[in-house]
Amino acid sequence: MSRLLIRGGRLLDPAAKRDEPGDVLCLDGRIEAVGTDLDVRGAEVVDAEGAWITPGFVDLHAHLREPGQEYKEDIASGGRAAVAGGFTAVACMANTDPVNDDPAMTDFILDRARQDSPAKVYPIAAATRRLEGQLMTEMSALIDAGAVAFSDDGRTIMDSCVMRRVLEYSRLVNVPVIVHCEDRTLVGQGVVNEGAMSTRLGLPGNPGIAETVHVARDVILAEFTGAHLHVAHVSTAGGVASIRAARERGLNVTAEVTPHHLTLTDEETAGFDTNTKVAPPLRSAQDVAACRAGLVDGTIDAIATDHAPHAMHEKDQEFTEAPHGMIGLETAAAVTLDLVRSGELSPLAWVARLSTAPARILRRPGGSLAPGEPADVTVLDPDRRWHYDPAKGYSKSRNSPWAGRDLIGRVVTTIVDGMIVYHVDRGALVP
Amino acid sequence: MIGRDLLGIEDLEREDIEKILETAMHMREVGERDVKKVPTLRGRTIVNLFFEASTRTRASFEIAGKRLSADVVNFSPASSSLKKAESILDTARTLDAMDPDAVVVRHAVSGVPRRIADVLGAPVINAGDGAHEHPTQALLDILTVQQEKGRIDGLTVTIVGDIAHSRVARSNIYGFRKMGAEVRVAAPPPMIPADVEALGVKAYTSLRESLDGVDVVMALRIQNERLVGSWFPSVREYSATFGLDRAKLRYARDGAIVMHPGPVNRGVELSHDLADHRPSVILDQVRNGVAIRMAVLYLFAGRHRGGGPFAQQGAQ
Repeated sequence: MSRLLIRGGRLLDPAAKRDEPGDVLCLDGRIEAVGTDLDVRGAEVVDAEGAWITPGFVDLHAHLREPGQEYKEDIASGGRAAVAGGFTAVACMANTDPVNDDPAMTDFILDRARQDSPAKVYPIAAATRRLEGQLMTEMSALIDAGAVAFSDDGRTIMDSCVMRRVLEYSRLVNVPVIVHCEDRTLVGQGVVNEGAMSTRLGLPGNPGIAETVHVARDVILAEFTGAHLHVAHVSTAGGVASIRAARERGLNVTAEVTPHHLTLTDEETAGFDTNTKVAPPLRSAQDVAACRAGLVDGTIDAIATDHAPHAMHEKDQEFTEAPHGMIGLETAAAVTLDLVRSGELSPLAWVARLSTAPARILRRPGGSLAPGEPADVTVLDPDRRWHYDPAKGYSKSRNSPWAGRDLIGRVVTTIVDGMIVYHVDRGALVP
Repeated sequence: MIGRDLLGIEDLEREDIEKILETAMHMREVGERDVKKVPTLRGRTIVNLFFEASTRTRASFEIAGKRLSADVVNFSPASSSLKKAESILDTARTLDAMDPDAVVVRHAVSGVPRRIADVLGAPVINAGDGAHEHPTQALLDILTVQQEKGRIDGLTVTIVGDIAHSRVARSNIYGFRKMGAEVRVAAPPPMIPADVEALGVKAYTSLRESLDGVDVVMALRIQNERLVGSWFPSVREYSATFGLDRAKLRYARDGAIVMHPGPVNRGVELSHDLADHRPSVILDQVRNGVAIRMAVLYLFAGRHRGGGPFAQQGAQ
C-alpha cells in the first residue's frame, strides 16, 4: 500500500466547486480522501503549506516529436517538461514521422510513454492518412489502440467534403475532431499577423480572416454532422465570436486557447525574433482581449500549450524560413496566472481551464480531486518568482518567447497516479 | 543619436539624418574631383554581404568604399535554402571571426540585417531587407529632393506603386516624415498594406487625388512578375491607372519632380519620356547614392574600434 498525504494547502477542485484549506490523501494511485482530519498514519507527506493543490493539468495540444524528430523533443523529455509544468497528462499531435495514422504507431507512442514519460500521454491520431487531407484514417482501430481524438492539426483539411466525411465518421467513435482553423489560401505566405506590425516589418501578413473564415466553415459542418468539433488555439476576436454563437445554438463545439495568444501581441515580433513565429500568429491587442474574454465567459473551455519544440539551428533561419511554434509546457501555468492576478479568472476557474475542462473534452479521467479519481495532483506556489531559462528546462528545445524573463507562479510538486514525479528542488523523476 | 548599426530609417532621429546628409555633401565634392579618392578608411575592411542579387546597390557601396580607400570584399552566399549549407547566423559568426570593420547586408527577407547585427561585433549597414527597409535609398532620395527644392519641411511627397512589397516605400515614409514632409501613398488597393496609416501616411486609390498639389512624385518599380494577376490584373492596366506620364503629372504642383529607385520598367511605372527627361531626377538619385553611401561608411565603419567622429557616443 502506498499512502501519500498532500498537506496544508489551498484545495482547488473545480469539479466539486471546492476552494478551501485542506489535505489530499492518496492511496495506491487513487484519491482516497480530501479534507481535514484525515487518517494519515504511515503516509509519505508532501508539504503544500501556502500552495495550491489542484487536479493535475491536462494539456490538449502538444508536439512531442517522437518518432522522427527526436532532436527537437521526445516522449521522455516532453513528459518531463510536462510534469515540470504541472501537467500530469499530455495529448500529443499526430504530425510525427511517420505520422500517427496507424494503430501500430499509436501503440508505439503509448509504449514509449509507459517506459519513458512521467506524464500520461494521450495520442491524438491523424484524421486523414499521412495528414494529406484526402483519405480518412481507421478511426475505430485507432481508438481501440488508445487514440483519444483526431486531428490533422497544422495541415488544415482544406477540402470541405473530406472535412464533412471526417466529422460524420467521427460520430462512430464519439471523440472530438480537433481543427487548426486557418484557411491556407488566405494565409498564403503570411508569417506574422496582418496589420500595422506586418506592414512595419515588411513581412508577409497572415490575416485574421484566415482563421475566422475557417472557424465559420467548420462550425457549419459541425452543426450539419452533429460531430464534436474542437477548435484548437483560437487567436482572433472573430473566431471567438463564431464559437460563442455556435455554443449559443447548442452545438457540440469546444475550444482551446494558448498561453501565448492570451498574453502576447504581434508587438513581440518587432525585433524579428523567430521564437515569436507561431501558427496562428500572435495577434493584435484587441484579439488578445477577445481571447481572454472568451476564456473567462466559457466560450473557450481550456488552456492548451501547443508546445512545439524546434531546434535552434532551425529557428536561426530567416523569419520566413524558420518553423512555426514555441515551447510552452514549462511556462503555461506561470504565464496564464496573469489572468488570475488581473482578476479576470478566479483561481478555481483557472484550474478548471487547465484540468477539468480538457479532461472532459478528451473524455479522460482527471480534472477532479474526488475520491476514486486517479491521484493526479499538482501543487503550485502562485506567488513564487523564478527566472525562466529554457536551457535549464526539460524540453530539448529552447524556442520560447519567455526565455530570460522572470515569471511568477511555479509548480512545486507534481503527482501522477499517487507517485511524486516532479519536485521543484529535486527535478523530474524517471518513471 | 546614431547607434552602432544602420538598420533602418525608423531608428534614426532627424538630427541623425541631417548629419548624414551634411556628410554626404562633402562626399559629393570628393566625387567631383579629378582624383576621386581620400584616405579616410585606409586599412579598414568592408564586407558587402549580398544574399540577394543586386548590381546597382552593390556597385554603389563598392565605389563608395573604394573612394574612401577601404578594402572592399564582396561576399554573395547562395541564398536559396536548398543550396544553403549554413544558417544566416552561422554565416554572420564566420564573418565576424574575420574581423571586418563594417558589414553591408542585403537579403530578400525582412529582418536578416537585424538578426546578423545581433551576433556581429562590427557595425551592420542594411542595404535592403525584404519589404522592410532600404535606408541608404531613402537617404539618397531625401538628399536629391533637398538639392532640388532647397528643403524638405512642408513639402508633400506621393509614393506610387507596390507599397506592400516595397522597402523603398517604408524607408522613405519614415525619412520624409521625420524631415517634416507630408507623405501620401497611392496604389491599387491590394498593394496598400494593412493599417498603412499607422506609418503616418494617407493612402489613396486614385492617382489623380493623390497627386493633387504634391511637390515630389516617387514611382516604385513593379518588382515581381508573379504579382501580375494576383495583386493587380495586368501590366497594361497598371500602366493605364498608375503609370506616370506628362498628362497625369499635371495633377501635381507646378515644378513637381519625379523620382524612381530604378531600374525603371519603361512604359509601366513611367512613360519613356519621363524616364529620361526632367522633371525626373533619376540619375541625380544614382549620383547621390554614392555620396550617401560614402557618408554612411565614413560615419559607421570609421568609428568601429574607437575611431571616427562618433567614437565617444557610439553604443559599442
